[in-house]
Amino acid sequence: MTLTIEHFYILVGLLLAGVAIMNLMDRSNPRRFTTALFWGLYALLYLAGERMPPAAVGALMIGMALLAGFGGVKAGAPKTLGVEERRASVARLGNRIFIPALLLPLVTVLGATVLKDVQIGGLPMLDPAHLTLVSMGCGAIVALIAACWLTRSTPLQGVREARRLVDAMSWAVVLPHILAVLGLLFSEAGVGKAVAHLTTTYIGMDSRFIAVAVFCIGMALFTIVMGNGFAAFPVMAGGVGIPVLIGMYGANPAVMAAIGMFSAYCGTLMTPMAANFNIVPAALLKLPDKNAVIRAQMPSALPILVANIFLLYFLMNL
Amino acid sequence: MQSAVNLWPLLGVVVVVAGFLLRANPVLVAVAACGVTGVAAAMPVMTLLESLGTAFVKTRNLPLILLLPLAAIGLLERFGLREQAQSVIAKVRSATAGRLLIVYLFARESTAAMGLTSLGGHPTMVRPLVAPMAEAAAETQYGSLPERVRHRIRAMSAATDNIGLFFGEDIFVAFGAIVLMHTILQAEGIEVNPLHIALWGIPTAITAFIIHAWNLHRLDAEIRREVAASAAGKGVA
Repeated sequence: MTLTIEHFYILVGLLLAGVAIMNLMDRSNPRRFTTALFWGLYALLYLAGERMPPAAVGALMIGMALLAGFGGVKAGAPKTLGVEERRASVARLGNRIFIPALLLPLVTVLGATVLKDVQIGGLPMLDPAHLTLVSMGCGAIVALIAACWLTRSTPLQGVREARRLVDAMSWAVVLPHILAVLGLLFSEAGVGKAVAHLTTTYIGMDSRFIAVAVFCIGMALFTIVMGNGFAAFPVMAGGVGIPVLIGMYGANPAVMAAIGMFSAYCGTLMTPMAANFNIVPAALLKLPDKNAVIRAQMPSALPILVANIFLLYFLMNL
Repeated sequence: MQSAVNLWPLLGVVVVVAGFLLRANPVLVAVAACGVTGVAAAMPVMTLLESLGTAFVKTRNLPLILLLPLAAIGLLERFGLREQAQSVIAKVRSATAGRLLIVYLFARESTAAMGLTSLGGHPTMVRPLVAPMAEAAAETQYGSLPERVRHRIRAMSAATDNIGLFFGEDIFVAFGAIVLMHTILQAEGIEVNPLHIALWGIPTAITAFIIHAWNLHRLDAEIRREVAASAAGKGVA
């Protein structure tokens, strides 16, 4: 049997259902019914999304967004250990507490490298199409078992703690997902073609340096809009990189591609659209300013982008 | 004037930009932009809902990386993971927030360059380990920190993870981005060795390390200034 990503969709669906039920029963949550409905809907879309009519999924997604957008998703009062108890636990466990935390990435890497080609009954053990995610799922389970054993807790306590973290992040959990949907819709509606059309029609590319600058800055700007460098690359490479840089100025395609993609990454560092990198950490780290991570990245992203322009200019004809 | 390219879907982009500038709830902004883009592209309502639903089901893999580790990490936090990480770093006298993050930047970028991208990450490394350690390093130096400085250190921890990951992973030859670039160039009839794409990423990867490490170095000076200013402010009041 192959361990596939669908198994982990079910696992995450059950986890979210647990979050929904715990919120429903929690009188300390000021919006427990709408909060439970929100996480319940998300659980449903993980457990049964592929068997539902797509239009119904779309409607439920909009429902979730409205619940979240109008303040329907709140947290209960978190129940943590008292300072004394926790201090006692730290004294008892010492550095052993790092073991499960490090098992998680180690098992993930092991799965993605060593167990990659392991077969059981002629079938791969881990889904090759989603190798990293499936390995990470295994790592999460191994880490949870180790953590339960070490702290003498039940997996149910683990679900309670997951709920505490999910509650604290609130709607930021689903933002990357909804933005990914928007990104796909943008591509489907032809936003990419429109942007490429505007940049190539209204900016003269007669100078080699201007062409390089347009290419790099365009990559970054396009990524800021779409939230994803992978969406920007085909458009800017097709619009400027291949016809102008390679066609007119004889650039080395490998240099154009490598530095072009890195310019797109500079854009990823500066956009709230890349929510899983920029907005979710702000929620995870309880930062009052949701753009604090972007603000911290700007002083690095902008100089790197400028450096990219010069690197591409000087390296592309070597 | 006749134009072959339909520019109306750009209205969706306008909604996103306006929404984020007005600091409206990002989830609402995203859904509003979906609606506007669909209408601007002249999609019937049912087609739009179907597109949204199909895309939503297809992208369910994205939140897994955030959701799967939460139970284990939450449990360890309950029993003092962050406190232990802080007490370990407090024993290293020469540690500062900036130096610690430079070491993490190097580790993150070089492991990502070897394809080990899952050795870091916000839920698994930054929240339980890196950010508390960076805060503790600054605390060991200066005693208690103003909230602003705490938040700044945490934001820089997250930024360091992102920058290390982005500029490392792309010089690993089997990474998805390299495959994508190779496929796109091939489709245009341009043959490139994927290894060359990976190698030509190295100058930028090094530049990115130097620039961000310099900013982390400046973070230490910034913390010193902020702590002094806050102490002086308290003295006056």
